Amino acid sequence: MSQTEQAPALAEGVDTPTPPGRTSSLLARSLRLWRTRIGVLFVLVLVVIAIIGPWIAPHGASEFVAPPFSKPGQNGAGILGSDYIGQDVYSRFLYGGGSILLSATISTAIGMILGIAIGLVAAYARNALDDVLMRAMDVIMAFPQILLALVAVSLIGAGWGIIIAAIALTTAPRVARVTRGAALPVVERDFVAATESMGLSRPRILTGELFPSILGPIMVEATLRLTYSIGVIAALAFLGLAPDPNGANWGVMIKQNQLALATQPWGALAPILAIALLTMGTGLIGDGIARTAAGIDRERGDE
Amino acid sequence: MSVQQQPTPAPAQPSVSVQELQICTNSGVPVVTEVSFEITPGEVLGLVGESGSGKTTVGLSLLGHARRGLRIAGGEISLDGENILALGDEELRRLRGSRASYVPQDPASSLNPALRISLQLREGLAVHGWGNRKERDARIAEMMREVALPDDPEFLHRYPHQLSGGQQQRIGLAMAFANRPRLIVLDEPTTGLDVTTQATVLATVRELAALHGVAALYVSHDLAVVAALARRVAVMYAGRIVELGPAEDLFESAAHPYTRRLVGAIPRLTGGRSLVGIPGHAPSPGRRPPGCAFAPRCTLHIPQCDENVPALDTVRSGHRARCIRAEDVLKQARAKVGDPLDFIPADADSAALTLENLVAHYGPIEVLHSINLTLERHECLAIVGESGSGKTTTARSIAGLHRDWTGSIRLGDKALEASARARSTESRRQIQYIFQNPYGSLNPRKTIGETVGQPLSVFDIAKGRRADEMVQEMLEQVSLSASYANRYPDQLSGGERQRVAIARALISSPSILICDEVTSALDVSVQAAIVELLGQLQRELGLSMVFVTHNLPLVRSIAQNVAVLSEGDIVEYGATAEVLADPQQPYTRELIANTPSLETATSEAMAKEAGRG
Repeated sequence: MSQTEQAPALAEGVDTPTPPGRTSSLLARSLRLWRTRIGVLFVLVLVVIAIIGPWIAPHGASEFVAPPFSKPGQNGAGILGSDYIGQDVYSRFLYGGGSILLSATISTAIGMILGIAIGLVAAYARNALDDVLMRAMDVIMAFPQILLALVAVSLIGAGWGIIIAAIALTTAPRVARVTRGAALPVVERDFVAATESMGLSRPRILTGELFPSILGPIMVEATLRLTYSIGVIAALAFLGLAPDPNGANWGVMIKQNQLALATQPWGALAPILAIALLTMGTGLIGDGIARTAAGIDRERGDE
Repeated sequence: MSVQQQPTPAPAQPSVSVQELQICTNSGVPVVTEVSFEITPGEVLGLVGESGSGKTTVGLSLLGHARRGLRIAGGEISLDGENILALGDEELRRLRGSRASYVPQDPASSLNPALRISLQLREGLAVHGWGNRKERDARIAEMMREVALPDDPEFLHRYPHQLSGGQQQRIGLAMAFANRPRLIVLDEPTTGLDVTTQATVLATVRELAALHGVAALYVSHDLAVVAALARRVAVMYAGRIVELGPAEDLFESAAHPYTRRLVGAIPRLTGGRSLVGIPGHAPSPGRRPPGCAFAPRCTLHIPQCDENVPALDTVRSGHRARCIRAEDVLKQARAKVGDPLDFIPADADSAALTLENLVAHYGPIEVLHSINLTLERHECLAIVGESGSGKTTTARSIAGLHRDWTGSIRLGDKALEASARARSTESRRQIQYIFQNPYGSLNPRKTIGETVGQPLSVFDIAKGRRADEMVQEMLEQVSLSASYANRYPDQLSGGERQRVAIARALISSPSILICDEVTSALDVSVQAAIVELLGQLQRELGLSMVFVTHNLPLVRSIAQNVAVLSEGDIVEYGATAEVLADPQQPYTRELIANTPSLETATSEAMAKEAGRG
């Protein structure tokens, strides 16, 4: 529906019929975009593989089925051939997604919660606390995410706990920045002042008033952070820093089978494709949400 | 009285002629329909309408522009005989800024903050090939003198943020007039400026247009401003011109009921009467009724009104109206005005609120210098001042939203802490605040019911079903139906949102209500309705009210007493009627003189009537 007057914040919007910007429906509305649908499809396929994979795998994750680097179907190997020591690539591929997905999701979630909390507190404080918090975030951000994770893992040893902690810790400052940036203009709005004049407590203002208003950028950031977390965890595994260096894990598989890329590419290619599709999927979903959120703004601007 | 231009050849050929202009959305919904008018050289035509009436759309179309999502679907716009709508992109680009120019509403955002003003002024001349560099500089100096700004290099070397709002808008005018245009479209260029600044900017517009024989279209929602500037006025409603004629005729004896109601909604300095708003709201494009668009809100409505859209018929020389009952409207007495105000007598013995030696700071700057004020019970006290006078700081200090103050604020006989958070729940409940901009004061993520009900839980007044019932009662009390509880703010108009804000403030039964410029973001007819509601609630509930505003005539319609604030000091205080009728201080006098009002614009007619009465 069009609004006739170029009506920025100030003029009367003549009974504008809905398209309201409720964030709860942001995801639903972003599904009208093909990019979001494709992203969701990619992610769904891989999540399903990771979850039910171990049950449908024809062989065990470390079962020897054929001579090393047998091509698909050759020497009795499965549909994706065998790997560097003769294990079934297809089975290991089906086993290898769960740990990456689970650890990436957990670490991203922890990082998001931390970051959102810090960002909201900083934005609302508008004083020295804001500076202290954000400078602390800057210090952490000065180190590349993979580097901090590497240091942590090589000092303490590879374990899921330490990997998740390292990624969560490095995710938080980036989320805090975005949160603070999105919350700053909201803090200045009068509906926040209205609750202050009622004497609403700070935690309730942060969670009840500020947080819902910045859900859009937060959702976009979540998908972006998840993409990065998957990448870092896979990279750590590729560098041999997975908790179980011989276990079935997409990152580990790429490392183990890369020597035979020319002769038996599936050992490395299958996990590479899986990680690529997964990160593309989360990226596309984030992009879809961002475009939908921006589209709302455009709708409100004029047409 | 101006000479009315009809299509027949006349002494002064119109330089701008708009015929049967039709603008619709890309999907074909008409937004502007059958708009026709002419402007002669040197004339300022006022185009008045409320939000959503299509006035800005018409203004932009004179430059051959339609906003995204809209297209000019039909009609003819000619400038000195040339049809603008037939021009190609390149020709339009040459036309804009040279022969036809535009002054936007917000000067701050229309100037590039990163470029010096000299560069921006030169650019406009250079693009349209004005002389060589020396001639351009000479022209800029000339323009600066014409808009009463210094033309020295130091001033021209400044950046936009180093100028005041009024100076920025003068730069906007200088740019618009620089290439000696034949047509200039001014889109509410004084909205957001103080009355004093507004008065000088308006005078500049009038002089320049007359001096250079420029046809000017002045788009505004403010009838009083238009009355001060334009001889002829066109009133738009729901995409059509409903009345077009000499300003005096429109304001004194309008032939269209909408114009009458609109004039009735304007606060008057000499009023002392309650304002009468227009119930309902304008239909949006695509929802306009088949007949007269104003019919659903019209008190003179008859069945025939719904059949066809009335034609814009001549009611007298040079005065046309789009109403089939124009004759009956004209027979009515002058524009309807409200009843005289009946204040409940203030209780002089017990002060509801006392400010003593209130000094407030913003950082190192002292914005209030020792303010002393008393608000009696049941009193409505207006605090009036221009921007920067400290009026909003006063209001926010009372509510505990501005914390950096010293002195004392007492609620009854209890001294209040600086910050709302430090105050007792009871005193927070007693003082409620209504914000200026209803578009910012409601959380867009919450339903109206949640917003209005919030004080009930915060102040622990009611819960669950009882709370829901109270919210519904409150919504009905502010003339919204209970069904609004499930809606979100973006589904509401500005006036409805402000009613919600009022409901939120009153649901906790406060004793003091602080209204901070609560109508400045609203259309006049909506403003009238909101002030009407506030006045009525104040009387019914026995509230004490602080009404902060920059709008002097509005004070007359709501407040018993007025305090005039200037640069952090109260310069004048007294009963509203006395202060407005006989101001003692030069500052107040100037403020009143600069306030555009229908009285000053139509003082001639007023004098005549006074003679009769």
